[in-house]
Amino acid sequence: MELLISILIGTLFAAGIYCLLRRTIMKVIVGIMLLSQAANLLVFTSAGLTASIPVFANSKTGTAPLGHADPIPQALVLTAIVIGFGLVIFSIALLLKAYRAVKSDDINSFNQTDRIS
Amino acid sequence: MILLLSAIIIPFVTALVCLGNGSRPAVSRIVGVAGAALLLVSSILLLKETLASGFIVMQAGQWAAPFGITLIVDVFSASMVCITGVVTLACAIYSLREVPEALVRKHYFALFHFLIMGVNGAFIAGDLFNLYVWFEIMLLSSFVLITMGGQRDQLEGGVKYLVINLFSSILFLSGIGLIYGKLGTLNMADIAFQLSQTEDAFLINSSAMLLLAAFGVKAAIFPFFFWLPASYHTPNVAISALFAGLLTKVGVYALIRAYTLFFHTQFDVVQDILLFLAGATMVTGVLGAAVQYEIRKILSFHIISQIGYMIMGLAIGSSLAIAGAIFYTIHHIIVKTNLFLIAGLIIHKCGTADLKKIGGLYKWAPGLSLLFFIPAFSLGGIPPLSGFWAKFTVIRAGLEGQHYLLVTVALLVGVLTLFSMTKIWAEAFWKNNELADTDPYAGKTLPLSMTAPCIALALMTVALGLFSNPLFVLAQTASDQLLDPATYIETVLNPEP
Repeated sequence: MELLISILIGTLFAAGIYCLLRRTIMKVIVGIMLLSQAANLLVFTSAGLTASIPVFANSKTGTAPLGHADPIPQALVLTAIVIGFGLVIFSIALLLKAYRAVKSDDINSFNQTDRIS
Repeated sequence: MILLLSAIIIPFVTALVCLGNGSRPAVSRIVGVAGAALLLVSSILLLKETLASGFIVMQAGQWAAPFGITLIVDVFSASMVCITGVVTLACAIYSLREVPEALVRKHYFALFHFLIMGVNGAFIAGDLFNLYVWFEIMLLSSFVLITMGGQRDQLEGGVKYLVINLFSSILFLSGIGLIYGKLGTLNMADIAFQLSQTEDAFLINSSAMLLLAAFGVKAAIFPFFFWLPASYHTPNVAISALFAGLLTKVGVYALIRAYTLFFHTQFDVVQDILLFLAGATMVTGVLGAAVQYEIRKILSFHIISQIGYMIMGLAIGSSLAIAGAIFYTIHHIIVKTNLFLIAGLIIHKCGTADLKKIGGLYKWAPGLSLLFFIPAFSLGGIPPLSGFWAKFTVIRAGLEGQHYLLVTVALLVGVLTLFSMTKIWAEAFWKNNELADTDPYAGKTLPLSMTAPCIALALMTVALGLFSNPLFVLAQTASDQLLDPATYIETVLNPEP
């Protein structure tokens, strides 16, 4: 299972970077989304995947079941997903405003601030 | 402990109050400045307390490390928090007149203080994921601040700033995931401890490189610097001065923290890379500045070349070199913020920052000339100003470490820096002195709220130059602490009851 997820993460990273390097704004947004999902999946998989043994403590003995899943990456990934959401929403809003100001969706026309005055 | 928390809580509460008073700009302004003043006082007390006790550690919710979230300051962190307080107050006072009311209504001061909260949080985080979260708080506020004017330049610069910084955050997060996968911990002290115990520490190198790239983007080192000159000259002057002073230095702080603490076992692996990056950063930055004619763009490129000196200190890695890097960072934060603020004064006086369109300021604004002279020539490394001692320390450490090529590069870059500063001086201040008989800028007086922060920062530069010893002793203490990670690890993992 880890192997499959690893291949998926690699594909997402490759697709995300490819999209970021394209010239239209829309693909930049898609690229950011794919990359942030790839990083989230990487964090989620980092401790290995354990099927169907959550860390619910046994109510009688007070101990967690043997071989339980590591909860920390799950907690980390929840935080990262929320932050990722916020960033993606902000970048969509910003790119929309920039598109209206520049009146072009070609990234190559975003060159006003790079000119030597 | 309350002093440690107040570095985060004061900006947080100030930001919330400003957020609630968006429709009352006057209240917002007063609260914004008062919060900044309070933060400065508390951060000076924090530095004093840290110097007395060495470390201040807090485990959030009493969960012992490495399970809980550790907040910790050592002398290095405390000095950074302290200098952040100085810059915050200077920029907040400057914003009173410089930032238009429309932006204050759009919660300028709330975002300003959220940004400071993120910066301070990054300085006191003792946990890698926590550091990531503070980085994101800082980045999100800075994204809004840089684009809030809504003009085309700001949006374009903002897009570049946003995309590359998001990418670096993603690299950072991936690095964190891989570190957790290998070590099962994200506490900085615990990472350092586990790496020093294992024989397979080289397996962490992939994560170390991901973090080097991630922090490198934030610190604007070669080859990740291009977003900085594309965006820093676009927003309001107070915003760009704040960014110029603090944001890249958070990246430098993270790099120093990474390779002296949690990856200190891997320092030999990255040393050559860092030495090369330091030299390349210095050269590209200063050459980029040489062709520019917009004051803030020149200054932006100089941020990059100065970052090179700090990385050089880190890369040499001796006690003197790291002390030099810390001295350099503190000197640079004061001087660079001041230069951006003074660029704002020039813009206010002349209506443009284009050097080709202005001139004669030496005749018509002698006070402003003196004010510019001090930080500019401190940046160029003229004795007895603070920049001379900063460069002297780093270069001496380089000679002691026998990095002769890098030292040559650093000295040449110093000359070119001076060239850039004399270019601004000659164009803005000396040119056209004799042409006009009447003052072309007569109608424009500079308000006290804009000049006072500049004068205060310039006096600090002079003081640090004439009496550099206390700051150097502070930097040396911080450096010795950084080069002794065992004590740090012991303090976090096995606190005395």
